[in-house]
Amino acid sequence: MALELRGITKQFPTVLANDDVNLTVEPGEIVALLGENGAGKTTLMNVLFGLYSPDAGEVVIDGEPLELGSPGASIEAGVGMVHQHFMLVPVFTVAENVILGLEPLKSLDWIDRSAARRMVLDISERFNLAVDPDAMVEDIPVGVQQRVEIIKVLVRDARYIIFDEPTAALTPQEVDEFFSIVRGLKEDGKGLIFISHKLNEALEVADRIVVLRDGKTVGEADPKVATEGQVAELMVGRPVDLVVHKERADPGDVVLSVRNLVVLDDRDHAAVDGVSLEVRAGEIVGVAGVQGNGQTELVESITGIRPSLAGKVFLAGEDVTFEDPRDIHRRGIAHVPEDRQEAGLILDFTVAENMVLDSYYDRPFSRGILMDWGVATESSQRLVDEYDVKTTRVDVPVSTLSGGNQQKVIVAREFDREVKLVIAAQPTRGVDVGSIEYIHSRIVQERDEGAAVLIVSSELDEVIALSDRLLVMFKGKIAGEFDPAAATTTEIGLAMLGSGPDND
Amino acid sequence: MTTVLESSQIVDKNRATPEERRSSIIGAVLIALGLYVFWAFGLRVDGDLDATFNLSLQTDRFKDLAWVVNARWLSIAVAAILVGLGTWRLTRSALRWTNISLAVGFGLFSLAFLAWAAAGSQFSMVGMFRSTVILAVVVVLGALCGLMCERVGVINIGIEGQLLASAFAAVVLSSAFGTFVGVLGALLTGGLLGLLLAWLAIRFHVDQIIAGVVINFLALGLTSLMSARILSDVQSLNAPARIPAIRIPLLADIPVVGPVLFDHTYFVYGMFLLVILLHLGLFHTRWGLRSRSVGEHPKAADTVGINVYWIRYRNVVLGGVIAGFGGAFLGLAQVARFEENMTGGIGFIGLAAMIFGRWMPVGALGAGLVFGFARAAQQKVAILNTGIPSEFLLMLPYVVTIIVVAGVVGRTRPPAADGQPYIKQ
Repeated sequence: MALELRGITKQFPTVLANDDVNLTVEPGEIVALLGENGAGKTTLMNVLFGLYSPDAGEVVIDGEPLELGSPGASIEAGVGMVHQHFMLVPVFTVAENVILGLEPLKSLDWIDRSAARRMVLDISERFNLAVDPDAMVEDIPVGVQQRVEIIKVLVRDARYIIFDEPTAALTPQEVDEFFSIVRGLKEDGKGLIFISHKLNEALEVADRIVVLRDGKTVGEADPKVATEGQVAELMVGRPVDLVVHKERADPGDVVLSVRNLVVLDDRDHAAVDGVSLEVRAGEIVGVAGVQGNGQTELVESITGIRPSLAGKVFLAGEDVTFEDPRDIHRRGIAHVPEDRQEAGLILDFTVAENMVLDSYYDRPFSRGILMDWGVATESSQRLVDEYDVKTTRVDVPVSTLSGGNQQKVIVAREFDREVKLVIAAQPTRGVDVGSIEYIHSRIVQERDEGAAVLIVSSELDEVIALSDRLLVMFKGKIAGEFDPAAATTTEIGLAMLGSGPDND
Repeated sequence: MTTVLESSQIVDKNRATPEERRSSIIGAVLIALGLYVFWAFGLRVDGDLDATFNLSLQTDRFKDLAWVVNARWLSIAVAAILVGLGTWRLTRSALRWTNISLAVGFGLFSLAFLAWAAAGSQFSMVGMFRSTVILAVVVVLGALCGLMCERVGVINIGIEGQLLASAFAAVVLSSAFGTFVGVLGALLTGGLLGLLLAWLAIRFHVDQIIAGVVINFLALGLTSLMSARILSDVQSLNAPARIPAIRIPLLADIPVVGPVLFDHTYFVYGMFLLVILLHLGLFHTRWGLRSRSVGEHPKAADTVGINVYWIRYRNVVLGGVIAGFGGAFLGLAQVARFEENMTGGIGFIGLAAMIFGRWMPVGALGAGLVFGFARAAQQKVAILNTGIPSEFLLMLPYVVTIIVVAGVVGRTRPPAADGQPYIKQ
C-alpha cells in the first residue's frame, strides 16, 4: 500500500522540469517536498494529479498503475490536490464548489441542495473543518477557502493528498491551525505530500523531507535531526546566508506621508480604509498582512496608478495625491510592483527595452520623436553588469530570463537614479535564494544612502528581517505597529488576524 | 451588495463613489427630462386636446376599450414626477433605487411623449405592446444565444451571422420542402455556425472577436450571393408559407393582456419557455452549475474532472441552435421572405441585450422588451403626424443600445473567464 512515482520526466519547451524523479508516500505519512521556485515541485505534482502528461515515467497507486494526464482518473484513484492558487469559483457558494463534478441530484438534472449542504457538513464535522456551506467563496477569508479546498478533496474520498504551498497565504495562527488539520488527516491514515519552500514548516510537520533541485531529487533529510542550514544547502546547492545584514537605522526627515487614505478596489469596496503612515529617509518600513487586506491598493494609490477616494499623499512635503504615475515617478520614487509579469515588465520586450521603460521619452534615450537605441543598449549593458543580471545579451526578450533575473531588471531600472523613496511590493516572490540575498542587500543599501523604503510583503519572515519598523494591515486599516526586533510572530500574527492591541 | 463605505470616514465630496456619482448623473438626467417634458409636451401642446389610447384591437372579443386623457395635464403630471425622482437621486440616498428610478422615469417619459404625439387623435396602445413582444423575439433569442456562449467563456460576436444564415436556410428550405424542414434547417444552420465558432475558438485559440466577425461576413456574403444568384431567378424559393399565430383559447380574450401575449406564433411562446428553462437550468441544475464553472474558472472545473472543452463545444452549439430558432422566426413568421442583410444589426442588439440583462435569461428578456418597445414605438409614432423626422425615430433603438452598453445600468460583471481560451499546460 503506497503511492509511487517512478522515473517521472517532463520536458517543457525551454526547461527540463522533471528529470527521472522518484517519490514514494505511504498511508499515514507526511512527506515534505522541498525545493526552490522552479525546482520542479509543482510540475511533479501536476503530473501526479493528471494536469500534465509526463514524457516518461509511471505512477503506481496501491499496486495499480495510474492513467496519466487525466485529473478524473487521478481523483478516481484516490489522489486529491489542494492547489496553491485555490481552484474555487469565487461567485459560487461553498457547497456549490464542493459538489462541482459530483453533484447530488433530485431528479433529472436538478441539484439537490440540501444533500449538497449535508455532504459539506458531514465532512466538516468529521474532520473539524468549520465552514458555512451557504457562504459565497469570494466573501470568506483565505484560511477558510483552504478548508473548502480540503473538504473538496475529502468528499472525493482521497487517500493521498497533495498540498501545494499551502501556507503561502496564511497568517501564523492559520498555519498552526492548518498543521493540526494535517496531523488529523495523518491520524486518519491519509498519505500526505506537503510542498513548500519554507524550511521551518517542513521541519515542523513532516515525517520525511525530499529535496528537489533543477528537476532532480538531490537528497532526503530526516526532520528529527536535520537543521535548517543543512536543508537549505541541499536546496540551493551551496551554503546559504539566511540572515539580512544591516546596521541600525538612522531616520531623517519624513519623505512619504499618507493621511487618512481611502481607496476603492475593483469591486468598489473600500480596500484601503483610512490609512495614515509616514516613512522617513534612511528607514525601512515594512507592511505585513494577509494578502487582500488592501496592501495592493495602498501601493497602487501612492504610486498614482489607482485614484483615491479620500485622504492625501505627500512626498517630501508636497501634495502628490492627484498626480499621475509618471509625475510621481519623476519625483524620485522607485516602484517594484507586486506582479512583475503583469505590471513590472513587458515580457515580449527585450531586456534593454524594459530597462528604459521609465525614461525612454526623455534624453538621453530619445530626441524628439526618435529613440536612440545605441544609448539605451549601452546603458542597459552597464546596468546588467552592475546589478548582476544573468542574461546572454540585452537584446533578448526579458521573458527568457529566470524569475530572479527578471526581478533584478526591475530593481536595476528603478534604483539607477536619484531615489528618494523605494516602494517594493512582494520584492522576492518567486525569486531564487541567491537573488533574494542580492535584492535584500540592494534595498538595505538604498536605505543607507538615505532613501525612505516601504516594503509590502505577505512573507512575514521577509518583512521582519528587512524592516526597521513594522506595520500590519488588516481590512484596509493599520492594525498595529511593531518593532520587528522585539515583537514575536504570535503578536504580529494576531494583528494580521485583526485582533491586535491597536484594533478594537 | 454590501455597502461601499462602512467606516466613519469623512469622504471628500469631489471624490464620490461611482455608485453615488451615477445616482447624481441619473438624477440630473431625470430632472432635465422632466423640464423638457414640461416645456415640450406640457406647454406647447394645445390644452384642449385629448389623447385617445386604444386598449383593444378590432379582432378582440371586448372591443372599443380606450383611455382618454388630456395631453397637457398628463405631461405636467409626468414632468412633476420626473423632477421629484431626479431630486431624490441627487441626494444620493437609497442607491439601490437608482435603476428602478431610471426605469420608471423612462416609462413615464415615453407615456408623456406618446400622449403629446397622439394629442387630438387615436393611438393603439395594445397594438404597440403587441409589436413590442414580436419585435423583441429575435433580440431575446439572440441574447440567449450570446449568453449560452459567454456563460461558458466563449464570446460570440457572430450572432448576427447565425441569425441571417438561419433565416436564409429557413426561407429556402421552407419554400422547397415545407415549414417543418425549413425550421429544422434553420436550427441546424445556427448550430453548425456555432460549431464553427467553437472549433475556431477552442481548437485553434483564434481570437474570439475575430472568429465572430468571420462568421458574420461569411453569412452575409454567402446569403447575399445566393440571394442575388438564385432567389432573384427562382422566385418560388423565396416564398415560404407564413407560420400562423396560435390563439390560445380564453387567455387570448382577456382585455389588453390577451392580444399582447396570447395570440402569437409558437416562436413567441417558445421564446418565453426558453427564457424560463434556461434561467432555471443555469441556476438549479448540474448542467448550469458545470457550465457556469467553466465560464468562471475553467481550471477549477478541470481539476474536478469536468471536461472544459466538451462543455464549451456543447453550449456554443446549443447557443447556435437558439439563434437558428430566432432566424427561423425572422424568415418564416416576422417577414416571411428573405431579403439581403435582413437582420440589419439585430444580432448586435441581442448582444447588447445580453449585457443589459447581466448575462441572465430573465434579464435578457427584460432588455429585449425594452429594445422591442423602442422599435414598436418608433413604428407607431411614424404613422402619427408629429413632425419628428422618421430618421430620428429610426435611430432610437441604436441610441438606447449605446446608452445601455455605456454603463447606464451600472457596472456589470461578465463571467470571469469570458473570451479566454483554456489551454492545458
